[in-house]
Amino acid sequence: MQFSRKDILDIESLSVDEIDFILDTADRMKEISTRPVKKVPTLRGKTVVHFFYEPSTRTRTSFDIAAKRLSADSLSISASSSSMVKGETLIDTARNLEAMNPDVIVIRHSSSGAPHMLARILKSAVINAGDGTHAHPSQSLLDMMTVREKKGKIKGLKIAIIGDISHSRVARSNITGFTKMGASVVLAGPCTMIPKGIETLGASVAYNIKDAICDADVIIMLRIQKERQNSFLFSTDREYAKFYGLNKSRLKGARDDVLVMHPGPVNRGVEMAPDVADGPFSVILDQVTNGVAVRMALLYLVAGGVRDADTD
Amino acid sequence: MRILISGGRVVDPGNLDGKMDILVDDDKIVKIVKTVSGENSPPDKLHDKPYDKIVDKVINASGKIVTPGLIDMHVHLREPGHEYKETIESGCVAAVSGGFTAVCCMPNTNPVNDNRQVTEYILKKAGEAGCARVYPVGAISKGLKGDGLCEYGDLKSAGAVAVSDDGNPVIDSLLMRRALEYADGFGLRVISHCEDLPLARGGAMNEGAVATRMGLAGIPNAAESIMVMRDIALCELTGVPVHIAHVSTMESVRAIRDAKKRGAPVTAETAPHYFTLTQDAVKGYNTNAKMNPPLRSANDRQAIINGLADKTIDVIATDHAPHSSIEKDVEFDMAANGIIGLETSVSLSLKLVEQGVITIVELIEKMSTNPAGILGLKGGLNIGGMADITIIDPDVSFSVDAGSFKSLSKNTPFDRLNLKGRAILTMVGGKIVYDGFAK
Repeated sequence: MQFSRKDILDIESLSVDEIDFILDTADRMKEISTRPVKKVPTLRGKTVVHFFYEPSTRTRTSFDIAAKRLSADSLSISASSSSMVKGETLIDTARNLEAMNPDVIVIRHSSSGAPHMLARILKSAVINAGDGTHAHPSQSLLDMMTVREKKGKIKGLKIAIIGDISHSRVARSNITGFTKMGASVVLAGPCTMIPKGIETLGASVAYNIKDAICDADVIIMLRIQKERQNSFLFSTDREYAKFYGLNKSRLKGARDDVLVMHPGPVNRGVEMAPDVADGPFSVILDQVTNGVAVRMALLYLVAGGVRDADTD
Repeated sequence: MRILISGGRVVDPGNLDGKMDILVDDDKIVKIVKTVSGENSPPDKLHDKPYDKIVDKVINASGKIVTPGLIDMHVHLREPGHEYKETIESGCVAAVSGGFTAVCCMPNTNPVNDNRQVTEYILKKAGEAGCARVYPVGAISKGLKGDGLCEYGDLKSAGAVAVSDDGNPVIDSLLMRRALEYADGFGLRVISHCEDLPLARGGAMNEGAVATRMGLAGIPNAAESIMVMRDIALCELTGVPVHIAHVSTMESVRAIRDAKKRGAPVTAETAPHYFTLTQDAVKGYNTNAKMNPPLRSANDRQAIINGLADKTIDVIATDHAPHSSIEKDVEFDMAANGIIGLETSVSLSLKLVEQGVITIVELIEKMSTNPAGILGLKGGLNIGGMADITIIDPDVSFSVDAGSFKSLSKNTPFDRLNLKGRAILTMVGGKIVYDGFAK
């Protein structure tokens, strides 16, 4: 298959074949990170700019490691060090960056649609590393990779996503991605966190966590964002943990081989009990490992499409 | 200067409708007579000769619609304070190009039009521009801050025709009650921007599936209708008329319809974008489809159309809101609200006539007669009255070209849209201020 996409903006715009192709590529990339010398020359001479307008440790580090393992020259710009603090607009900053001829711009931004705006005006490839509450395609791809790796398939599985769906780009991308790949997705969380019309993305809504978890093959817990308390989404951490948190007894309703996932960072004791996060069903750290592989695949596919990956 | 407007269909709702000639002498209408078939110049009694022999200019309005000057009772002219977006002059030129002889400008300028000096400044600038009539709307509260009344008596005597805190809704219900009562004493109408700010907090577009899919925070219909219902309650409490600005939801239409049935003195306006577009226009993060209230669902759009048809909604006004690329070429949630409307309003509204929603007479009511009535302005086509006249060509087809707009700003979602019908001549006080025949 020829991958001819300039940008990776969201899961919605990717076809099933493209998602399969990205995951296959990521599977092959994964081995590179296990070598004593974790580097291939595939993207030598390519420049990747990580442009992070929002704080991020995991995603940024993951993209940076991915770029370096492919031998790309990479650098990171954060909001606090960028000219945004001097009042420059996003478009101006991006055009200035582009004038230095980077090959890929990886952007994280608090405004939904910001990567789409840049993709329209820039010649460089744009990879969305999370925009507002809209999309987080690389996270969704690494989640799908992890499920496929552990379960051997995605089709036919029951995926439960629990928590603040309203404010989660991970939830939106995963609903779109997993349903596109043939899984069924059930959502649960306080009614304040279930946005209107979410079922149009293909998910069903259970509201109570017990029904959502019942016979689930995969449970994806979402992080409770404490900074959103001023929109009155829930009462207390204590009550949240009691009614919507994942603990050992609640897990019993799921399938015996359930996977427990979390995009991180985890609020231990709020959405997830520590013994579940560290327990036998948790694949949280596999997700992080696979994140590097997926991001290597994405960088390779948008920046290095002319050559085959040197993965042997 | 004597100008004869000959052979057009003259429509002045409740007054005239037929093929007539209008003779304008200097700034006034001096004669309105039935066009005599085959010969449009019957003898003038004063001069005893065909009156097209004694005029300086004949406008052949055959096939056109001749109406009282259109009035846009809701525009933002941005001066003083934001002259890079629009000036009173550029806004007036845009107005007459769109067929409007008069506009009412909202007070959210810098400084705010909450006092006599700003009102006088606006009128002075409008006089210098010398095309459209400008009727300033003063603020309800000092600085639009919602914590004290402005000097309505002073505003009125300086030339304000209404008060409104447009853009910064009055949240305090006691202040709104007092504003209605106090304004009534000075003969000023209160225009209410209905929005429950806490309920709309953080919202960037209409709440619903489209917003959810795009990851944008939603503004529910209730953020508008709660305040519409409150203002109707205050209008009934005080017995003072209130005018509801830019109605966008079905619940608001229903509330206003019910209130009118009870006899409450409430009037309402909507804008062309609310009966033309839905929230789907936002897809692709189009900041030129971002406004407040936001574009709503297809059901809301239909309710607005029904409200126009059954006269629940009295007025079509544009909420002309110029913004430059500085406010619009940014991330969607950071972009300013509002679109321009003066140069597309007539064409978009004529679509309602073509679709059979309202008649051309009802359209003129909503764009001239009713705004004049609500604000106590002189309107209509009357012998001895001011010659404020708009001529509409209902048949001309064209493609919207925002680049050729007279407005300093180009923030419209209608660029390159194919439309039919537009204003072709605008006359203010007997002076031709826009002449599309010449083109």
